[in-house]
Amino acid sequence: MRFITDRKRAAGLGSAKTGTEHHWHMMVTSVALVPLVLMFILSFGAILGSPYSEVIAYYQRPFPAMIAILTMLVGFNHFAHGARSTIEDYTGGLTRKALIIGVNCLSYSAAAFAIFAIVRIAL
Amino acid sequence: MAAEPKKGTFMADNKQDNRPLSPFMIGQYYRPQWTSMSSIFTRITGLSLLVASLMIVWWFVAAASGPEAFATANGFITSWFGDLILFFSTWAMFYHMLFGIRHLIWDSGRMLEVDQSEMYAQAALVGSVLLTIFVVIVL
Ligand code: HEM
Repeated sequence: MRFITDRKRAAGLGSAKTGTEHHWHMMVTSVALVPLVLMFILSFGAILGSPYSEVIAYYQRPFPAMIAILTMLVGFNHFAHGARSTIEDYTGGLTRKALIIGVNCLSYSAAAFAIFAIVRIAL
Repeated sequence: MAAEPKKGTFMADNKQDNRPLSPFMIGQYYRPQWTSMSSIFTRITGLSLLVASLMIVWWFVAAASGPEAFATANGFITSWFGDLILFFSTWAMFYHMLFGIRHLIWDSGRMLEVDQSEMYAQAALVGSVLLTIFVVIVL
């Protein structure tokens, strides 16, 4: 026996209730990424194609290293949050949870790998 | 009455995640328009940037590991295939950036009229191509 009507069951299910925080996070990372990505394209593009020793010497300089570290950190953070919106738009239930966890594992692992590598080159 | 209980019969079921998904409108219900197309491409470009991002992570890890590992990663990234990925990713990045900035403008309450949005979309599409050509020439 069903105690509540379908209408009652659907009412209030509309929002996930924490959307504003997610949205604000996207705005903050977006603003940060505009200068970061522009600087990263210019600096990474300038050194790409150079021999090994020059690449190492380049990323031992503080400015290129910091641009790369920040771009990886904020970029993968933004990606994890952005991909979450996409996942939530098209999937539900366990699939949704598994995909969101997977995207987070991937994003933060990639950022950690990149940052550790850059720090190791720089030090 | 004796039929199998349906999902949602029990009180605990109401805690289940059964919110509706957002409907995918492009194609079946809507003809292509600047607004819908620029929206879906912001999503596609954002997601596709993962490919180049992971390639660049590999390059950094290889550089940190030593000359041999670097030669492999650097050889791939500077091959014609790596170049192709970087070329399209550069465009995707500029596209996503310019249309991401449109979101920030919208959020400030500006440019919400359809004709303004369409004009921005057309200008930003041209802008993303020009910026990509600029980067290819300069770098
Ligand atoms: C360059 C500066 C960037 C800006 C200004 C920017 C801006 C934005 C904005 C405003 C959104 C939300 C779109 C929406 O609400 O529909 C978004 C979503 C997204 N961004 Fe970025 N972004 C930038 C860089 C990046 C980078 C580097 C990546 C990937 C590594 C990325 C991946 C994504 C993804 C996957 C989404 C989700 C797409 C969706 O929900 O439709 N973005 N971006």
